Amino acid sequence: MYSYTDFDAAFVAERNRQFRAQVERRIAGSLTEDEFKPLRLMNGLYLQLHAYMLRVAIPYGTLNSAQMDQLAFIADKFDKGYGHFTTRQNIQYNWPKLNEVPDILEALADVEMHALQTSGNTIRNVTADHFAGAASDEIADPRPVAELLRQWSTDHPEFQFLPRKFKIAVTGSPNDRAVTRAHDIGLRMVQNDAGENGFEVIVGGGLGRTPMVGKVIRDFLPVTDLLAYVEAIVSVYNLLGRRDNKYKARIKITVHENGLETIRDMVESRFEQIKPGFTGFDQGLLAQIEHAFAPPAFKTASTDGYEAARMANPAFRSWTDTNLTAHKNDGYAIVSVSIKKHGQTPGDATSEQMRVLARIARDYGHDELRISHEQNVILPHVHKSDLPAIYAALREADLATANIGLVSDIIACPGMDYCALATARSIPVAQQIATRFDELKVEHDVGPLKIKISGCINACGHHHVGHIGILGLDRAGVENYQITLGGDGTEDTHIGERAGPGFAYDEIVPAIERLVLGYLNLRTDPEETFLQTFHRLGADPFKAILYPAKEAQNAA
Amino acid sequence: MPRAFTPKVVTANALLEGDAVWFTEDNTWTRDMAQAELLTDEAHADLRLLEASARQDEIAGPYLADAKPTNDGPAPTHFRETFRTRGPSNYNHGKQAEV
Repeated sequence: MYSYTDFDAAFVAERNRQFRAQVERRIAGSLTEDEFKPLRLMNGLYLQLHAYMLRVAIPYGTLNSAQMDQLAFIADKFDKGYGHFTTRQNIQYNWPKLNEVPDILEALADVEMHALQTSGNTIRNVTADHFAGAASDEIADPRPVAELLRQWSTDHPEFQFLPRKFKIAVTGSPNDRAVTRAHDIGLRMVQNDAGENGFEVIVGGGLGRTPMVGKVIRDFLPVTDLLAYVEAIVSVYNLLGRRDNKYKARIKITVHENGLETIRDMVESRFEQIKPGFTGFDQGLLAQIEHAFAPPAFKTASTDGYEAARMANPAFRSWTDTNLTAHKNDGYAIVSVSIKKHGQTPGDATSEQMRVLARIARDYGHDELRISHEQNVILPHVHKSDLPAIYAALREADLATANIGLVSDIIACPGMDYCALATARSIPVAQQIATRFDELKVEHDVGPLKIKISGCINACGHHHVGHIGILGLDRAGVENYQITLGGDGTEDTHIGERAGPGFAYDEIVPAIERLVLGYLNLRTDPEETFLQTFHRLGADPFKAILYPAKEAQNAA
Repeated sequence: MPRAFTPKVVTANALLEGDAVWFTEDNTWTRDMAQAELLTDEAHADLRLLEASARQDEIAGPYLADAKPTNDGPAPTHFRETFRTRGPSNYNHGKQAEV
């Protein structure tokens, strides 16, 4: 893992010192809220419905056990004993007090973490495939590039006042687990005919009120040109992006309005112009960073005990069937720990659960943890012989739910239970869907299905790319939920299509139940997933299930 | 035609805790919405919002929120404002846990 250099540590300490003074001036009354707001946002501090919220970056989703322990310590000392992991690999604390935030930031700096650029119109936390460095399908670990981008974008003087926020995601694998096509810039590692690694550069993707699938601006970009090319894109956007209308300010609109060809020409021209300035320092830095991300010393041991435990314990077997992913090392597995026990808040972990996860990572996981954009915690390097012990430890902490990728593994934004922008609640809808499908005992039969819920049009819950998406709105002063169908957040990114009129708060869970159980009658066999059935049949049969009364009317 | 004025309260977030507070007749902030001043005149409401906004060292983000009179005092009319009087629905945190 990357460790802060003296420069990094001094930089973060200086920023924290500045912010402490800004908070003091705000409390003393010499800064108004209008003056203070941009300063607090630069440090990840929001003001929400019931309290402040501090959004802490977990760069490319990677944590070590000491960092996870510190997140637990902060949750206990400064918050209400839990944290919320988000769809952009951040952790949010929902109850910090303004005067204590500088202490929280110092506690984070002690473990080389910060909340810089987790808000505001800057380049945000760079996200990456949560299986990076471990996945069997990976070309190379994307995190060194993500760390290079973090260092380059942090306090980049040209990009502190962009037209709007700017999000970058990186994946080192052809199977996109980082939703790169829904980011302002997506970087997907590919190999050229000569077998060299480079990036397919995707630009102008995004969800929100105007969802757009990112477009390929460069088929193959050599790794050596990465920083200059990304800088060229952001620089062109900085010039062209609209500052007159917040809703048209993201780069997806810039690309849409100007056309990909124009943007590409301008980016290439800017790239040629600035490229000579990148004289190799960035590549030297990248080489150092790559060194820090060297794979752990994998062990060799017999996996007989693991196989025997699988045979002996059906609950363990079920968990290994759903929560494990192939590791590039045969004796190892990637463990996805569900922090979505049925009825719990998606993405929330208690301080005790964080400590258990840290301990497991220390004892069995080469000291590494990841946060996925799907709001789960990953143990990326686990030897199979240790899985029975890990499972037992997870069970004790209520962390052994075998539901990864299933109906109850729901992404949900905080919604109107916390967020000042929300138009409806999302958390209770997610809790009720998960609880209901647990009662029905059908989720393993239903198989892979991604439900994603957003509490407003800004789409933090990624509803557009959910196989089933739910969008909570305020319709004439009442919560109302629209369903979208057929979305996909992988390398085949699709924006889901709206099924029809929305459902009231007490109708949405029965509607989802109808839809999912209805799918069971539509699929050709248990192997055909919800998404495959949707692609084969189109939306009509699903709409008929959702709106039976209307269907009957049409037939009459 | 401009929409008819509906009764309002001045509300904001407390500066240190960040929780919801409401402005009272005697220029203090209360954590109980029922204690707030109900504003039934538009010009008076605008004036009270200005006066509340001047109290920068006590609160952040003041605005006028719709409210209705009840026997106990002003009450919210929109679910968002109702949630602000209670707290989140997934945990017993916030005002619902304090009262």
